[in-house]
Amino acid sequence: MNIDYSQELPVVEGRLSLREIDDLIARPMDEKPNKKYFLALSFTLSLMSIGAVSVALTLYYGIGMWGNNQPVGWAFDIVNFVFWVGIGHAGTLISAILFLLRQKWRTGIARFAEAMTIFAVMCAAIFPVLHTGRMWVAVVYLLPYPNQHGLWVNFTSPLIWDVFAVSTYFTVSLVFWYVGLIPDFATLRDRTASKIKKVIYSVFSLGWRHSHRNWQHYEKSYMLLAGFATPLVLSVHTIVSFDFAVSILPGWHTTIFPPYFVAGAIFSGFAMVVTVLIFVRKVFDLENIITINHLEKMNKVILATGMMVGYAYGMEFFIAWYSGNPVEQFAFINRAFGPYAWAYWIMVSCNVIFPQFFWVKKIRRSVPLMLIIAIFVNIGMWFERFVITVTSLHRDFLPSSWGYYTPTLVDFGVLIGSFGLFFTLVLLFTKTLPVVSISEVKAVADGAQPSHHGGDH
Amino acid sequence: MEQQKKVFGLAALFDSPDSIIKAAKTVTDKGYKNFDVHTPYPVHGMDKAMKLPPSKLGYVTLTFGLTGAAIALLFMYWTMSVDYPMIIGGKPFFAFPAFIPVTFEVTVLLATLSTVIGMITFFFYYPDNSHPIHDTNYMKSVSIDKFGVCIEATDSKYNEEEISKLFADLGAKSTEIIYFAEKVDRKIFEPKFITLLIVTASIVSGVAYIHLNKILYLPPFDWMMEQSRVNVQSMSSFFNDNFGMRTPVKGTVARGFLPYEFAGVNEPSSPLANPFFPSKENLVLGEKKYNTFCSPCHGNFGDGDSRLNGQFPLPPSLHTTKAREWQDGNLYHIIVNGQNVMPSYASQLNIEERWAIVNYIRVLQRAKNASDADIQEIKKESVKNVSR
Ligand code: HEC
Repeated sequence: MNIDYSQELPVVEGRLSLREIDDLIARPMDEKPNKKYFLALSFTLSLMSIGAVSVALTLYYGIGMWGNNQPVGWAFDIVNFVFWVGIGHAGTLISAILFLLRQKWRTGIARFAEAMTIFAVMCAAIFPVLHTGRMWVAVVYLLPYPNQHGLWVNFTSPLIWDVFAVSTYFTVSLVFWYVGLIPDFATLRDRTASKIKKVIYSVFSLGWRHSHRNWQHYEKSYMLLAGFATPLVLSVHTIVSFDFAVSILPGWHTTIFPPYFVAGAIFSGFAMVVTVLIFVRKVFDLENIITINHLEKMNKVILATGMMVGYAYGMEFFIAWYSGNPVEQFAFINRAFGPYAWAYWIMVSCNVIFPQFFWVKKIRRSVPLMLIIAIFVNIGMWFERFVITVTSLHRDFLPSSWGYYTPTLVDFGVLIGSFGLFFTLVLLFTKTLPVVSISEVKAVADGAQPSHHGGDH
Repeated sequence: MEQQKKVFGLAALFDSPDSIIKAAKTVTDKGYKNFDVHTPYPVHGMDKAMKLPPSKLGYVTLTFGLTGAAIALLFMYWTMSVDYPMIIGGKPFFAFPAFIPVTFEVTVLLATLSTVIGMITFFFYYPDNSHPIHDTNYMKSVSIDKFGVCIEATDSKYNEEEISKLFADLGAKSTEIIYFAEKVDRKIFEPKFITLLIVTASIVSGVAYIHLNKILYLPPFDWMMEQSRVNVQSMSSFFNDNFGMRTPVKGTVARGFLPYEFAGVNEPSSPLANPFFPSKENLVLGEKKYNTFCSPCHGNFGDGDSRLNGQFPLPPSLHTTKAREWQDGNLYHIIVNGQNVMPSYASQLNIEERWAIVNYIRVLQRAKNASDADIQEIKKESVKNVSR
């Protein structure tokens, strides 16, 4: 109403000078960690040790320690895998797709989101690798390498596509992240007083000189990487959804899965980024760089993707009815009203109903409320994967083989451990690397680019 | 001291992006070639100001991306269609749609890795931490918030005084002469380094050895190789009778082996009723089984003309009034039970086959004793067959 849309909001608030940006972003690395940091770290490390015990039990006694068995042969392992891979999607989306769309506001959050991508994919990898049983030999049969009978891996199976997709995604995200870090390492190298730090930063900066002859290729490479990362990020969750969609199980065998999974991944990823960023900007005084405008924009994305997910829920029911296939119809009625109805309704309320509050601008810009909603979304998206996996399996074609799946303590232990690993890595990251891209934020600060006449555009 | 150092170039610092663009433009226009601009972030419009040709990095990406696609497709073609062809899910050996995901991933992987590695090595010549510009005040300023231009001494038009004047005219905040660092001789084979190499090598090989030869076979991880179970033929101290094999519980009836109630009885007066209709399939089966099991003694048509040349007592004809008036169940009874010297055929023939033979014997009997009506019927049939 009285907002002037012709004027772009400043991406960096408070008119920080370039030197102040440096100081602000580098401060967590310069200061010794305080008590609170160690408290947080000890908490996440205890979560991780719960996970370590559970993993040890799983390795020693075998995956019989988990609750999945006939008829629910896939449960927490794939649920958590899809959940974490989904979380990982926000990072590449922010750094690649928003880059191609020339969204300047991404600079404040891109680095952090990319780091979360990498950590989330690491957490995701735990589950399928553990599920292979003897994971130290898994390397041999996941990679395209003939076994002792000369038989190769099955390249027509979605599971091997998954291996390629997730490992490529991890590698490309890591490379993308590192390329973004090179100029920052150089800046850190030039401002640090400590000798050891200087050696480390020098090694990682590769001797970057901020030379424009390099910047030119660097910007080009960033474009190319973003151009590749965009279809890649869409392909990864598409392929993850193929794990389900290519099978013939009612409730899984649907063509809506790829777009539905991708929307859900972005949805959950943004929710996780919001959750973590709320704390990071508070703790490290980055409110001027990660502004409330950033959070609001992310909340809008959450609202949009949340409605896409809701649409997919509705469409699944419609297609089940429209197909006229009684088994398919049963699968969906059973999903909403069967023994796992509680999980289904948790999912629907967390993913479809709660995000609707984001229509209200006040809620979109209120930190405590958005934190609550983002956490609900995280819970809801975990349940989405649970519902898809477990409800479809527990009652399939043959009523005599129906069953009810209950996870074991070890199942929960590994899940808790993955959260521990994720947050431990996040904490270590905040203290060792610049959580915001220094050179990118400088480039979008007010007055950082030549005025149009001087710049000869 | 100072004079002995070799000069790398002359550098100037500027305060704003506008002034660095102006400076870059002027330096380019003056015809300097070996110079570089250093900015804390990429400044828009600089490519134009420095008259840089467009980056050729894209060609690297394209080449390696296409190579990746080709390698992936060829590899999958070779493994799935040539080296070990196998039909999976009814797909053709070269299932192109199913190969797209892996092809795509490998394309992206190779394209990105080649772009980054190519850029760092062939476009930047990195890593290069010994460049003279490092650790100068100039570098430390452009790293943070200053914008600098540096003209190198290798430029043909390099002249310190002229360039200083040029920089001053452009409004430079400060100028600095950058020297090459004095050469420090670093030996490659220092004892420390060699020790490090040896330690690393022994740790890596040791871990690999232990992993491949010990950890993989450590209990309990060999569970799948050694399973504790009883072989049926072996002894077992677990059971009282010391046999590994268990016999079925008394009274167990195996599938298809219902006990025969007239076993051992001679000519039961009310035998089983024939449950099978003499359909065409049934008779074909009966003919086949009769020819196999009965005809050696009873002859192909049940006349009792054995092919055994007197090595076994001749059986009676199956066309006697007695045999023809018997109920189906009596014939069945003889197959199951045997009669005098004729042995039982229960173990060779299942229930359906026995009844099929009975039906077939009935056919033989009717054929050998056909009535006029039967002959009429046969004639009609044969006329039909001829006219067809
Ligand atoms: C090894 C030779 C042999 C074979 C093979 C054999 N039989 Fe016989 N069968 C005999 C002899 C010999 C007798 C006469 C037994 C007796 O002394 O009553 C006989 C008797 C019979 C009789 C009773 C005839 C009567 O008038 O008492 C029937 C019916 C019969 N066989 C059916 C069969 C059928 C059906 C088969 C095929 C499953 C068969 N036999 C196979 C040797 C054979």
